[in-house]
Amino acid sequence: MERTDDRPDQASPPLPSLEPIRLVDQRGRRVDDPVHHSPDHAVLLRLLRGMVVGRRFDRQAGALARQGRLAVYPSSFGQEACQVGGVLAMRADDWLFPTYRDSVALVTRGVDPVGVLTLLRGDWHSGYDPNRYRCAPQCTPLATNAPHAVGLAHAARRAGSDLAALVMMGDGATSEGDAHEAYNFAAVWNAPVVFLVQNNQWAISVPVRKQSRAPTLAHKAIGYGMRGHHVDGNDAAAVYAVVSRALADARAGRGPAIVEARTYRMDPHTNSDAPQRYRDDAEVERWRARDPVDRLTALLRAEGRLDDAALAGFTQEGEELAADLRERMADEDAPDPDELFAHVLAAPTAQLTEQRAALRDEVRKEAGHG
Amino acid sequence: MAETTMAQALNLALRDALAEDPSVVVYGEDVGPLGGVFRVTDGLTAEFGEDRCFDSPLAEAGIVGTAVGMAMYGLRPVVEMQFDAFGYPAFEQVVSHVAKTRNRTRGRVSLPMVIRVPYGGGIGGVEHHSDSSEAYYAHTPGLRVVTPSTPADAYSMLREAVESPDPVVFLEPKRRYWTKGEVERGTRTEPMDRAVVRRRGSDVTLIAYGPTVATALETAEAAAAEGVGVEVVDLRGLSPFDDATVADSVRGTGRAVVVHEAPVFGGYGAEVAARVTERCFHYLEAPVLRVGGFDIPYPPPRLEEHHLPGVDRILDAIARLQWESRWVSPGARAGAAGEPLPVAEVGA
Repeated sequence: MERTDDRPDQASPPLPSLEPIRLVDQRGRRVDDPVHHSPDHAVLLRLLRGMVVGRRFDRQAGALARQGRLAVYPSSFGQEACQVGGVLAMRADDWLFPTYRDSVALVTRGVDPVGVLTLLRGDWHSGYDPNRYRCAPQCTPLATNAPHAVGLAHAARRAGSDLAALVMMGDGATSEGDAHEAYNFAAVWNAPVVFLVQNNQWAISVPVRKQSRAPTLAHKAIGYGMRGHHVDGNDAAAVYAVVSRALADARAGRGPAIVEARTYRMDPHTNSDAPQRYRDDAEVERWRARDPVDRLTALLRAEGRLDDAALAGFTQEGEELAADLRERMADEDAPDPDELFAHVLAAPTAQLTEQRAALRDEVRKEAGHG
Repeated sequence: MAETTMAQALNLALRDALAEDPSVVVYGEDVGPLGGVFRVTDGLTAEFGEDRCFDSPLAEAGIVGTAVGMAMYGLRPVVEMQFDAFGYPAFEQVVSHVAKTRNRTRGRVSLPMVIRVPYGGGIGGVEHHSDSSEAYYAHTPGLRVVTPSTPADAYSMLREAVESPDPVVFLEPKRRYWTKGEVERGTRTEPMDRAVVRRRGSDVTLIAYGPTVATALETAEAAAAEGVGVEVVDLRGLSPFDDATVADSVRGTGRAVVVHEAPVFGGYGAEVAARVTERCFHYLEAPVLRVGGFDIPYPPPRLEEHHLPGVDRILDAIARLQWESRWVSPGARAGAAGEPLPVAEVGA
């Protein structure tokens, strides 16, 4: 028989701090945090390398969109500390549940950049094997990837694995019902999940204060009995430290968490957005001063851990990735219409077999007229 | 052999699936110690433990969404939407993820999961407890949508649904939960995407599924008394659709009526009527008719008997199938000689 009680049976988690957790300030100087320790220099260099290469990828993808080689590109320029810090905090056997804005996270995870852009090029809805990279397909509906992560993490835990799942979501997505349901399921099941909310201040044209009156989005965790952490999303060291710790807590059975990383979407929502209609350039410029790459570069230089050659090496790596991407994206191979019918159900139905034959016929006739 | 209700047959199917396959898990609202509001999961938590059959928070999108993640990890979740209309919060998960993940991932990730939905009216339920939501699901590519009409099929089709590599929306005709029939555990009936002929007849085909199969069979009995031979096809699988069995039947009878509880406008019957017409046009003696609920929100329970298609409404439809255009009467095909029956008597 189940039992209920007339009093709360657990203590409230501590409230997240209003001031974001920060380990490196805007000018690249170290900041002490009572709980989180800075990652060592090797990790800091990996973070910087990931951000430099990731940003170059992002710039290249934006250029491809302008040239019409991508159907659309949602940039994450300015959010590299979240994308790279979040992913590098993961273990190889953890699962990532990204959104359409998390291309740099996927590249950091090791997914082939061409596969990352398959969705945005319009060749197919997803271009990589989720099981190989332990990355779910990029999710376009907001927050619907969050319950998937909870289910997968719960199943893994039930099977005795200590893997954890990292969900990426934006500030706008926290308003969705699926975010609420996922937070609640995760807490009730004690599922090893970390929800990394990249609060980039804008959901297309709507500022975050029109999404939520929560003091921070991390405060939402408290109502679910979860821990919430509020971190400077342009401080890669802090994002890495906070997400690492949250993942470690989750996999050790100490519960899921929401990590709100406060950052900024420097670019328009996508290449077809018109941000001048809803925000001031001055605001963008204020955030430019908080650039995550400059900040970590300044720290590593000041501490004598980064010379020109090392930085040039990262830049060169980014250039090579971009050149490779340009070359492979120039490939004009048309996708195969037959594939439209290939993955609907496990086995082809009589109806789909008929429809495929009909389309083949149409294609053949069109080719004949061409 | 003992007679078993459909609810018990479904319970046996879950029991056997849980026993045979450790990757099967059953969860939803009140499916644990209570055994579900219709007792379909009765005793499963006690027998298999809370690890295999458990209550979840009350949130349908969360239930289906977490099942997606579990299936990605290799489990075979069987989740329950407590009532048809309570399943709507999960609709986005069903349409945008459950149905599309195989396609999105080019076959790399399949989602073997079952969404059980008690559906349809006739149980005196107040608002939101009696919807026929099949058309929403059947319209979505990437799902298998099935509905049993007998206890034997309920057992067999649920076993098959759990074993399927595809996601299955399993619609349970809740007013037939207490229908009894013989069920032998382990026995499989026809595959779940196959329609079956429940009764042979030479004059007209009634195409029914789930809760209306019994109504169609009753109608056939009444029509037989009037000399009209009614063939009854039980669709079982709504998607994919068994065109061959349905078209064979209609080619044999030359007349067809589709029967469902859902509103007729834009309903599943429209698809059936169109498919039959496309394939059997030259065999048809009359337009394919649809009999269903009215195009109204599901009525309150004291009025539902006026809404649900019953024997009389179906007989009336049969009577409208242009019998006057034939030189023989209905019933004559089987070889019975006699005067043509006045049309009015056919539907009497």
